[in-house]
Order: sequence, then C-alpha cells, then structure tokens
Amino acid sequence: MSNLQELICITCPKGCVTKVWKEKGNIKIEGKICKKGKEYIKQEYIEPKRVLTSTVVVERSSIKRLPIRTREAIPKKKVFMAMNHLSEIRIKPPVKIGTVIVSNLLNTGVDVIACDDLF
Amino acid sequence: MATTRHLDLAIIGSGPAGLAAAVKARQSGIKDVVVFERDERPGGILPQCIHNGFGLQKFKAELTGPEYANRYIKMAQAHSVDIELDTMVLEIDKNRTLTAVSEHGGLRAYQCRSIILAMGCRERPRGAIGIGGTRPAGVFTAGQAQRLVNIEGYMPGEAVVILGSGDVGMIMARRLSLEGAEVKAVTEIQPFTSGLIRNEVQCLHDFDIPLLLSHTVVEIYGDKRVEGVTLAEVDAGWQPLEGTEHFIACDTLLLSVGLIPENELSKMAGVSLDPRTGGAYVNELLETNVPGIFSCGNVLHVNDYVDEVSNEGEIAARGAKNHIKGSPVGKKKEIALVGNKTIGQIVPQAISGQQPVTLCIRVKRPMEKLTLRIGAIFEKKIAYARPSEMIQIRLSKKILSELEPSTARLKVSCEER
Repeated sequence: MSNLQELICITCPKGCVTKVWKEKGNIKIEGKICKKGKEYIKQEYIEPKRVLTSTVVVERSSIKRLPIRTREAIPKKKVFMAMNHLSEIRIKPPVKIGTVIVSNLLNTGVDVIACDDLF
Repeated sequence: MATTRHLDLAIIGSGPAGLAAAVKARQSGIKDVVVFERDERPGGILPQCIHNGFGLQKFKAELTGPEYANRYIKMAQAHSVDIELDTMVLEIDKNRTLTAVSEHGGLRAYQCRSIILAMGCRERPRGAIGIGGTRPAGVFTAGQAQRLVNIEGYMPGEAVVILGSGDVGMIMARRLSLEGAEVKAVTEIQPFTSGLIRNEVQCLHDFDIPLLLSHTVVEIYGDKRVEGVTLAEVDAGWQPLEGTEHFIACDTLLLSVGLIPENELSKMAGVSLDPRTGGAYVNELLETNVPGIFSCGNVLHVNDYVDEVSNEGEIAARGAKNHIKGSPVGKKKEIALVGNKTIGQIVPQAISGQQPVTLCIRVKRPMEKLTLRIGAIFEKKIAYARPSEMIQIRLSKKILSELEPSTARLKVSCEER
C-alpha cells in the first residue's frame, strides 16, 4: 500500500496513533479512534489544513509587529507561500482587532485578520 | 513616601490570572481593586504567544494569545479595573502592606485588605542546568526568542538546536521554521516529550524536525557566537553515554527546560512554598498560609492551558471576597492531601472538605490503565496519564460529605491496574 500514512490524532491530548490508506476509493483507518478523531484523521489524510499565525510589520509606531492569523485553516501546503506573501505587508495604526489584513489569502477563500488592537 | 492608600484588593500581575481575578472581583462587588503590572502593557506573556489554541474552554473559540488578552483587557476596562502599568511591586509583607514604584507615581505604599499573587513563572536559564563549553552569544531561552521574533521583529539566528521539548520550545521550532530558519533538532533528556502531543505533531512533524528523546546537549562551542553543540544520548539517570556524542553545527541554541513560579514577593510576605510545585501551599480558595494573601495561575503551579489559569484567578477573587467579608474558609479545619510515590504534585495541598473543589494532579511518570484514588471517597479508572498533562478531579459536595469528621489527611494515589 503505497498510499499508507501513519497519522497521530490531535483532537484530544491522548494522541492516538492510526494507520490510514485508500482502498477502492475509500479511506481506511486502522487503530482505535473515536468519532471526532476519525473526522480529523480523514481530513488530515485528504488535505491537511492549519490555522496560520504570524506577524506583519507595523510602520510609524513604537509597536514593531502586529499579530495576525488566518480566520480559518488553510491547506498546509500553502503555508510557506502564505508566509512569503505576509512578509510584504506593511500596516499603519490604527487597526482594530478582527480587521481583515489580507482578504482571500492566495485564493484559499480565507481572510487574514488582526489579532490585536493597534493604536 | 506619601501617605498610605487603602485598598480592598491588590493584584500583582496583569496576565491571564490577574486580569481574570480583577474582573471577577469587580463583578462580586469588591470596590477598590488595583492591578499592578511592571510591563508597559497588560496581558503578561500572552501578547508574545501569537499561536492559537487559547480560550477553548473560557470562550469556546480557538484564539491566539493576543486575542485572549484583548478580551480580558476589554472586560477589565468594562468593569473599571484600575491597572497601574509600568509599576513594579518592590515589597509585600505579612500585614499586607504593599510598596510599589513607578516613574509616573514615584514610591507608594498601600495597605491592602487582601492581595492576589499572579506574577506568573519564569524560564529556567542556562545557569540552572549546567551545560559545558564556552559562553558565546546565541544561547536564548525559548520565551526570550519568542519575544524577539513576535514583539521586536528580530530573528535570533538561522540554524537552531532546541534543548528541551517543552511547549514553548516546540512552538518556537515551528515559528522559526516559518520565518525561514533551519531547526536542526529538538532534544529531550527524558524518554518522553514534556509538551503536548498536539505541539509535537503540528510544530515538529509538520516541519520534519527530528525529536531526539533521551538526548541532551553536553557542550556548546563558539567564541563570539555559537558555532555548534555536541549532543549525546543519556541513560536512565540522565548521564551522557560515552560514544554517543555527535556534533551539530548551529548558530543558536534555545532552552526550553522548564518553568519556575516567580515567588520572590511571596517569600517576603512569609508565604510557605511547596517544593514540588515551586508555588505556595494553598487551600481550596487558593489562600496561602498568610491570611488574606491568595495565589493563582502559574505563580501557584505551572498550568497546561491559559483557561485554567484564568479559572484560578476567579477562584482567588472569590477567596479575597470571603476574606474581606470576614468569612475565611478552611481555617477551622484543614485536611492535608498527601500523594503517594507516583504523584508529582497536588494543588490545592489542603482542603476544608466543606465546599466543592477541583484538584489539580500531576503524575511523576507516564502511566497506563491506572486507578486514581482519593482516600476512600473517590476512585476513577483512567486510561493514561502523563506528567505533561494535569489531571483535574472535581470533588463535589456529595463526594466530600462521605468524609469522616475526624479526617486530617487524604491519601491521593495512582496505581497501574
């Protein structure tokens, strides 16, 4: 089975270890896993996603960096591309927490938002 | 010094414990509440913890550290909490006199009806673990590096080795990788990680960073700047095994080797400390041995989740309210909680047995299929336990009603089945 992956569930602190593979178009999971964990493992197998948190450069302020995050998880494979994109961003105060800093990041359909107020 | 000001409640520290305590105190009707914060902004360590995973319990949302802090700062403002920023508490004593200094207010004295200690914890530095070698630039604690990257906007280095698999260390492994550094290895002296599984997966596996268990750094090389470190495998007694040494070139070494509650002020006031937690001995309302002085959050014991820290702040505020009203708990009767050899720590260390309480327990080593017992009143089968994951046990009024009136000690034990 070349498409076999060993995945650890992180839904709870227990950290169940599973073996996942594809068989006739169906995803098979081996290992004791709860219902919630099953969903996570399936998603992780098909398309792993992560909430990306980072900072962007602040100009004209004594505060140097503004913390930001993607509102929802984005495909893991786009994380480094997203970091490159974010490194170009320059922000000036004032910014309110929750403000969209980048909309539709790399066509993921997910916005990047400010995680703090900037006065 | 100017005249002494009277306060109902002084809270030292405006992190997640202090702010939660302040909000709860105001909600419960305590009038003169002042929070003392030595930094120029409130929030404690949260502003530099830009990763997510905060607030799942308190806000039913997965927030970043700055977002969690922001919510509490706004709640504090809404409840007219007075936060004295840029203000250092120099001394407190057993009569609850507090001395603070700031550039804007000078040296001031306060007479407090109650005090909540919420100073948090500090990282264990290089000096505390005794690594051999030279003393070049490029050795940082993980939290120091976190501040440099996330607040100041500087990268501490390009090729990094991290000693210790604590959560902050693993989170920094991810953060530095995202910012373009190469994290060459995370080493852990114990045969198991000391952080959460979630962080092992999302911070190390995601970036193909090797985690070397039962390994440590035995020597640091470099004249002006770190040039590399020697790693070695260790035996069960943490002694380096000869012949296993290998060199890794790097310009930065991060230390994530434990957190220590910051109790300098507590000691001045005569607060007794528990050597197992590094924090105060407390009862269920988190009151220390000094009447009217309470301790909560990471200055009491290092917690896993910020939500637990804020919960403790709220309990301490309840305690302060009771004290101000003149109805202290647990003074008449105290039942000591005593752990057997598998138990690393228990908070609170004593209870009155008269009101419900949540016990925070850590085991000393990883265990599977265990039974946790508290005296003859509580028994629970647990699938697994790890030192890095605090076990919380709620003792309801009903459970506590089964206590014999003469009980002075309650044994807490974990045994494998």
